[in-house]
Amino acid sequence: MNEAAISMNPGARRRVGARAGSTRRKAVRRAVRGRFGFVFQILTGGAAIALGILLWQYVASHGTHLYLDFENVPTPRDVGSALLGALQTPDFYADVGISVLRIAGSFGIAAILGVAIGVAIGRFRWFRWAFMPYIEIVRPIPAITWIPLAILIWPTTEESILFITFLGAFFPIVLNTIQGVEATPSALINAARTLGAKEWNVLFSVVLPSALPSITSGAAIGMGVSWFSLVAGEMIGGRAGIGYYTWNAYQLIQYSNIVVGMITIGLLSTLSTRLIYLMRYPLLRWQRA
Amino acid sequence: MNERNEQGHVEVRDLRLRFGSRRRQVLAVDGVSLDVRPGEFVSLIGPSGCGKSTLLNVVAGLVEATEGSVSLDGIPIDGPGPERGVVFQQYSLFPWMSVRRNVEFGLKMQGHGASTREAAARTLLGLAGLLAFENHYPEQLSGGMKQRVGIVRALAASPKVLLMDEPFGALDSQTRRVMQQILTNMWQRFRLSVLFVTHDIEEAAFLSDRVYVMTARPGRIKAVVDVQLPRPRSSADMMSEGFLDLVRTLRAHIQDESLAAMHGELADHGLEGFGVDVGPSGVKDLV
Repeated sequence: MNEAAISMNPGARRRVGARAGSTRRKAVRRAVRGRFGFVFQILTGGAAIALGILLWQYVASHGTHLYLDFENVPTPRDVGSALLGALQTPDFYADVGISVLRIAGSFGIAAILGVAIGVAIGRFRWFRWAFMPYIEIVRPIPAITWIPLAILIWPTTEESILFITFLGAFFPIVLNTIQGVEATPSALINAARTLGAKEWNVLFSVVLPSALPSITSGAAIGMGVSWFSLVAGEMIGGRAGIGYYTWNAYQLIQYSNIVVGMITIGLLSTLSTRLIYLMRYPLLRWQRA
Repeated sequence: MNERNEQGHVEVRDLRLRFGSRRRQVLAVDGVSLDVRPGEFVSLIGPSGCGKSTLLNVVAGLVEATEGSVSLDGIPIDGPGPERGVVFQQYSLFPWMSVRRNVEFGLKMQGHGASTREAAARTLLGLAGLLAFENHYPEQLSGGMKQRVGIVRALAASPKVLLMDEPFGALDSQTRRVMQQILTNMWQRFRLSVLFVTHDIEEAAFLSDRVYVMTARPGRIKAVVDVQLPRPRSSADMMSEGFLDLVRTLRAHIQDESLAAMHGELADHGLEGFGVDVGPSGVKDLV
């Protein structure tokens, strides 16, 4: 395969005498495709990131203004020292802690309600007929468009932020649960029934385990959307939290802290999604069998 | 295990099955009566689409009869239950449970404790030569092994009758023969009633005490053939004159029905049609 690739390369053909060059190129190719391919992957990725940071450093320190205005953009170096500073400030941790608690609460409720309602819709006709219209009507409305109404409805801003965060996670979880429940093979349900399973057993011993891969995918998507909604809610109505921290940095002209907030939010969202995958890992051992 | 000999009498009387809406109704099964007496191995054969699997599902309690009665030991059948074990055509093992947990499922539903379940499951798996695989997941097993687990799982719930819906249909012919031998050995040991649906004539002849032949749709009983071959049987018996005679008889019954079932595709002289001389370059001339 390598041979063919080389001979089809016109450059290699022309320089017939340059045998050493051709074998060297062959060796490089083999190395890239072989066991140490990941080293090259990491080197390439690292170089690309480094190049991006250099470019950022350049435009930010020169205050480049080419339609996009980089004059007020903090340099990577500024952001780095702001991050170190933030890590030594108790307030920063308090903001992170509040956001994490909000996510834990809202996402937790969304997961429990989402799975329960999703299973009921997927399994019981009357439930589907009654609830599906609501889901279809409300689902396309982005969670953050609820912010004004939520502030009007809920007694405190805190509750309206929790509500928005809940909405973000709820719909992906419900929809994935419905899909997982409906996709449960009827052969498995029939098998369980002929072995003496009652409706309740079928639900817990067959339908839920069968829908679990789909449910956890919905939870992972929901986790991302709930961070999105939380940050929007905190920016608009919050008095604490990492979204508030980021928006506040803008208003206080602490531009480096904007990027610190952004990086923190990205990291938290990634970590919490990872946590979901980590939690489902032992439950879905059979899928990797 | 002897008391089972007196139980497991399946009686189907004048069973009629209709499908579809009021406008477009299809009569799938028309006036079928059959018996599986305690400890008997009974097969149901017929062309595809004759309603034999549906009939089995009625006995399993998964499909409701339109007319007629189906009972087990005199008790009318109303929904599925563990006294009628089912082995399905497709592999229906729970993929998230290990082999042993699959086998334990029926016992768990009956409320048996973990240690009882484990002991029973391991005994049965041992009999089926699957003990080494008790902690495997179904995905890790071959087709024949999966179906053996399926049989063991149905047996573990101590059914009075075993209902088998083309259980070996998806297996290659070698595995099939081995599975038939295993099944006949296990049946010899447990002596429970079996209703076995298949379209494989040799399979039905080899396994059964009695074979019901069904007609093309709507399914009726066309013939009942008693199998007198001595037991225990082994695959060597499939060469005996008695066996071949039996297969010939069954084949004669079923051939007309298979043609009738394919009528739309193969007009009246369908089979002769394949005798057409297509010339030296073969099928290419036809295209």
